[in-house]
Amino acid sequence: MQHNKFTGKRANQALFFTLFRLMSYLVVGILFCIIGFIVIRGIGVINWEFLTTAPKDGMTKGGIFPAIVGTFYLVIGSMIVAFPIGVMSGIYMNEYATNKHIVRVIRVMTNNLGGIPSIVFGLFGMSLFVNKLHFGDSLLAGSFTLGLLALPLIIRVTEEALKAIPDTYRQGSLALGATKLTTIRKVILPAAFPNVMTGLILSIGRVSGETAPILFTAAAYFLPHLPTSVFDQVMALPYHLYVIATSGTDLEATRPMAYGTAIVLIAIVLIMNLLANVVRRRFSK
Amino acid sequence: MFKKKRNRFVETLVEWALRLSGGTTTLVILLISIFLFTEGWGLFKSSTVEKGYVLCVNRSNKIKNLTPKQIKEIFDGNITSWKQVGGNDIPIEPLRMDDIASQYTEEEIGANFEHLPQKLSEAIASRPGALAFFSEQFININFQGRVLPAETITLKEYFGGKEWFPTATPAAQFGVLPLILGTLWVSIAAILIALPFGMAVAIYLAEIANSRIRKILKPLIELLAGIPSVVYGFFGLIVIVPLIRSIFHLPVGETALAGAIVLAIMALPTIITVAEDAMRTTPLAMKESSLALGATHWQTIYRVVIPYASSGILAAIVLGIGRAIGETMAVLMVTGNAAVMPHSLTEPVRTIPATIAAELGESAMGSVQYQALFMLGAILFVLTLGISIWAEIIRKEPKVQ
Repeated sequence: MQHNKFTGKRANQALFFTLFRLMSYLVVGILFCIIGFIVIRGIGVINWEFLTTAPKDGMTKGGIFPAIVGTFYLVIGSMIVAFPIGVMSGIYMNEYATNKHIVRVIRVMTNNLGGIPSIVFGLFGMSLFVNKLHFGDSLLAGSFTLGLLALPLIIRVTEEALKAIPDTYRQGSLALGATKLTTIRKVILPAAFPNVMTGLILSIGRVSGETAPILFTAAAYFLPHLPTSVFDQVMALPYHLYVIATSGTDLEATRPMAYGTAIVLIAIVLIMNLLANVVRRRFSK
Repeated sequence: MFKKKRNRFVETLVEWALRLSGGTTTLVILLISIFLFTEGWGLFKSSTVEKGYVLCVNRSNKIKNLTPKQIKEIFDGNITSWKQVGGNDIPIEPLRMDDIASQYTEEEIGANFEHLPQKLSEAIASRPGALAFFSEQFININFQGRVLPAETITLKEYFGGKEWFPTATPAAQFGVLPLILGTLWVSIAAILIALPFGMAVAIYLAEIANSRIRKILKPLIELLAGIPSVVYGFFGLIVIVPLIRSIFHLPVGETALAGAIVLAIMALPTIITVAEDAMRTTPLAMKESSLALGATHWQTIYRVVIPYASSGILAAIVLGIGRAIGETMAVLMVTGNAAVMPHSLTEPVRTIPATIAAELGESAMGSVQYQALFMLGAILFVLTLGISIWAEIIRKEPKVQ
């Protein structure tokens, strides 16, 4: 009896553990399925021409060059907005703020901002940047909107990076007569640099795939030439994929283009993730 | 000496800049709520009857006003007598401008419609049950009908209304109930699908897998979170939608179920990460005590680790729902976007974010529809903000002993 109970218990455990293992593999399998499916269907479209020419014949031929350029500009613009503010905000929370309550409020607000849906950022960007500040549907309005979206991620990463630095660094520097600012500039920031960079890279990956915030602030369906000023509309990869996947006169003919665009989007995320890991590993030695 | 002074000045300056940066997120949240509500609140002050148009009745009609819903029902032919809306027992004769204009020859109306106001006036005066809808420029001084006052939308109509027809004439319908229910249906179904998988993976990563496997799986799951939502939407559109159509023999595959499956995949990383983090905080002493008492590893997991991490697991579920509620592009692409009260998972539904994304581009700035969409944004904002705060509170709750 005792023996049976014992084996029952063990069998039970083995059953559940196998189940959990299989389900975990299934989840990872789904990931591979999604990426694999799109890559297998679309890899034939990817060539130099696809990456370097504009769409032709109602999006059925040509490439996605303007969308790549547009996304590149939006990423740069949004990082110019978000990176300095995000890093400074993180420094303030970890190095300067003495009042615990203020730090808590900022942290809760940052988390809340991170939980707000991207479409709400789109609405906000439209009403503030496009309409109230008269930026119009433009690169500038899109960059600001995406920048605000990326802000919480950068703040969180910076704060964590700074927290990981031992206090002895700070004390050592201050004991040598350095001011607080010098300590931050010469000791803290260099030590936190790799982790902060990781955050920057990850938020680039995030920003380049966002559609909803630029829907009404920056994105254009098709533009005959590349943007020349910050007040121009831009084409962008995620919006381009949305448009050619859902609307158009000939969905079958635009499918290959859609697969190709999806591959480029996945590739950006993959590369950014890999890069972040490389940076983290390289500097953490 | 001078240099020291300048340095101190720079230090103060930098400190202020940092302090300001620290306030940015709070400021942005404040601005978002102010902007959404001020743009959206106008909805309750404006008429649903199209700008520049009026509704008129015969002078003998004692009806004072009509709600947007009643107007729609009348022009749809569902309400046929004035008695049903509190008037005399005479049948309603809905008249659009075309109906009236088509009864007369071009000569009678005049080349530039100069006689049309007169004809409209006569048409309304001669029909005791008339309800006419036309452009207000055709009202002249000796107009013989009575213009109904423009009715604004009430909060009750907005939140309790079951019909969403933002561009319907004569009266647009803004009932958000189908959209709110559609959002909840899709999100909750998504979490029900994602939860067993999320928990399994979290338990596997936190307790069972060795560190080598964990080091491989963890970044892969993070990658799952990084893939753009349009890519998920595209995948759903070309794989999941046709699959659902053929499995359930449906005319269209764009259904609530398709949305729920796509959202489940997207919510998985959130659920896994938060639940796993919670399980990892279980003190080793607790687990060791359980094992020392003769419990198996599995018994320890579901009797010690899971109860200990329960608040974190709940937070994972809440955050997952929050993520699903706000998701826009993927849902927009696979749910079919029919703004009707949801009845089953195999029918098209429409969520709040998808409605905003689909309609904002077509609505004129400052129009009633524009305001109604900003109000939707405000609802979404409050909903997700509430969820974030709720999750935060759950996480902070004292652990069970």
